[in-house]
Amino acid sequence: MISKNIVVTNSEGLHMRPAGLFTKAMAQFDSEVTIKFNDKSYNGKSIMNVIAACIKCGSEITVECDGPDENEAMAKAEEMLQEA
Amino acid sequence: MYKGIAGSEGIGIGNVVLVKSREIAYEESSALSAEEEKKRFEEAVDKFVEDTTRMAEDMRERIGEKESEILMGHTLMIQDPSIADEIKGQIDTGLTAEAATAAVLDMFAGIFAATDDELTKQRAADIGDIKARLLKIMLGISDVDLSALPPNSVIAANDLTPSMTAGINKDNIVGILTETGGRTSHSAILARALEIPAVLSIENVTELLSDGDKVIVDGIKGECIADPTDDEIKTYTLKMKEYNEQKRELLKYAGKPTVTGDGRVVELVGNIGTADEAKPAAERDAEGIGLFRTEFLYMDNDALPSEDEQFEAYKKAALTFGDKPVIIRTLDVGGDKDIPYLGLEKDENPFLGFRAVRFCLAREDVYKPQLRALLRASAFGNIKIMIPLVTCVDEVRAVKELVRSIMAELDAEGVEYNRDIQIGVMIETAAASLIADLLAKEADFFSIGTNDLTQYTMSVDRGNAKVAYLYSVYNPAVLRSIKRVIECGSEAGITVGMCGEAAADPLLAPLLVSFGLDEYSVNPVSILKTRKNISLWTKAEADKVAAEAMSCATESEVKAVLEKAAESKYGA
Repeated sequence: MISKNIVVTNSEGLHMRPAGLFTKAMAQFDSEVTIKFNDKSYNGKSIMNVIAACIKCGSEITVECDGPDENEAMAKAEEMLQEA
Repeated sequence: MYKGIAGSEGIGIGNVVLVKSREIAYEESSALSAEEEKKRFEEAVDKFVEDTTRMAEDMRERIGEKESEILMGHTLMIQDPSIADEIKGQIDTGLTAEAATAAVLDMFAGIFAATDDELTKQRAADIGDIKARLLKIMLGISDVDLSALPPNSVIAANDLTPSMTAGINKDNIVGILTETGGRTSHSAILARALEIPAVLSIENVTELLSDGDKVIVDGIKGECIADPTDDEIKTYTLKMKEYNEQKRELLKYAGKPTVTGDGRVVELVGNIGTADEAKPAAERDAEGIGLFRTEFLYMDNDALPSEDEQFEAYKKAALTFGDKPVIIRTLDVGGDKDIPYLGLEKDENPFLGFRAVRFCLAREDVYKPQLRALLRASAFGNIKIMIPLVTCVDEVRAVKELVRSIMAELDAEGVEYNRDIQIGVMIETAAASLIADLLAKEADFFSIGTNDLTQYTMSVDRGNAKVAYLYSVYNPAVLRSIKRVIECGSEAGITVGMCGEAAADPLLAPLLVSFGLDEYSVNPVSILKTRKNISLWTKAEADKVAAEAMSCATESEVKAVLEKAAESKYGA
């Protein structure tokens, strides 16, 4: 399992559209993806979970990836959370 | 007559079609096997995704990308693996597909509604919409097909759901009435995009009206007249014609430069409150932005917006307008605008207290990130910085000093910005007006904020009903102040604009043309109307009106002169 703290710089935060793009991308990996934010855990492959987390631009979140392709999943997660 | 909120301009006369969301009845416990119920659920989801994708495509063509994305979001939400797992888990306990779907979606709607986040709360309504449609698919209940309504229909609904709006067609729907929603609600935005008159938030309108009732929808005033008399129908048919003619008439001014009757070109720009409003303003023909209020960036957050977040917002507005000007006013907090996390103490006299530039200069931790964000964004367009509530030259110098020190920082970091960025002063206090000649030597431009200028010049709290009669821009004191500011700016060779409501006031147009105002910044909906009004006055005609108005002793005398001039000029 690998874990990383990431500041979300995607200007829209993780609302409907970006949350949809993010979870769709994460679903392609075999690894489990978990987002930790404000002491709660959310399934990083579930758009409903991610929307419920109310993550805004500028928030710092912890992403955990666990599985055979965890490094690739983490790299993709980071790329998506930090795009403009 | 029922009163509501004017959601979309125009007048519609037609017959009511009630769109009621009836309770959807279904069995709780299943007579089928869990496998069969799961199959029913999966088939319903497939059908839902298919229907919704089609609606979204239709919406993209007819209305726009953003509306269509909401519907596409619905397909993503229902295909969420955690939803499917939860629903199947519920089915395993013996529930029907309907009961399991309702239980799980209600739970998520509850979670979303309980958050503090406005955008997330709105998603709860989307889940309600998804649930209703999914249950209807499972039960074989067909939706009211709004695209097949007869001509001259007026829809009356609790609210327009995103899925409902996909079927709305301008050819047969002449009006919209709802029980909820305000000017920025989904329903209102949609009605305006489709140019269908709408009155929103009429309490119980679906109970008050019945199918087939004749109604008049007045989306200009925000009123609905039920069971109108023949006279009323006559009057409103005439009003509708006038409105439509006016609208067509104004379209002649679209895409044209803004020129006075004798050919002087002036700038006509828009006021906005968020970066998202930049594009609609451009679509309404704004030649730039004359006032971007930045308070909303702070008020919509529960913590200070980061420098990057601000940078993105400013950059977005700048990019929308290319090399056209985008004037961004730095944080104007205090007075009637409180932002809890800034820890402002309640002043005894908030309008005379610790606000706007006074606050910002004392709180560099708040001001510096904003100025840094503005400078960084200036590399992407023609951003100008405007300082609010200036009362003395020291304040302008202090801001400019701070900007210079940030420029040195950015140079050291190798970050790009516009070295020649203009820094201007918002003239909205009596003090600023009296020293306009001195300020003109320090500032790159002026913009007159008539709302506050009227309030401070007349020493009147516009919120206090007992003295509100004094709050009028037509007072000789306010008009003299405006005239003086424009003269001082012109003498110094700097651009003078106006960004209060007065800039769009047809009565004031001759005075502003006569004084020589360079830039008019108005609510984007008023752009074409203002362009037309300006075009009707030559300097010589305007000077005549101004000479008469400026010699009046009282507000009512001034107003009478201006009304008479307007009547002979605009004809109404």
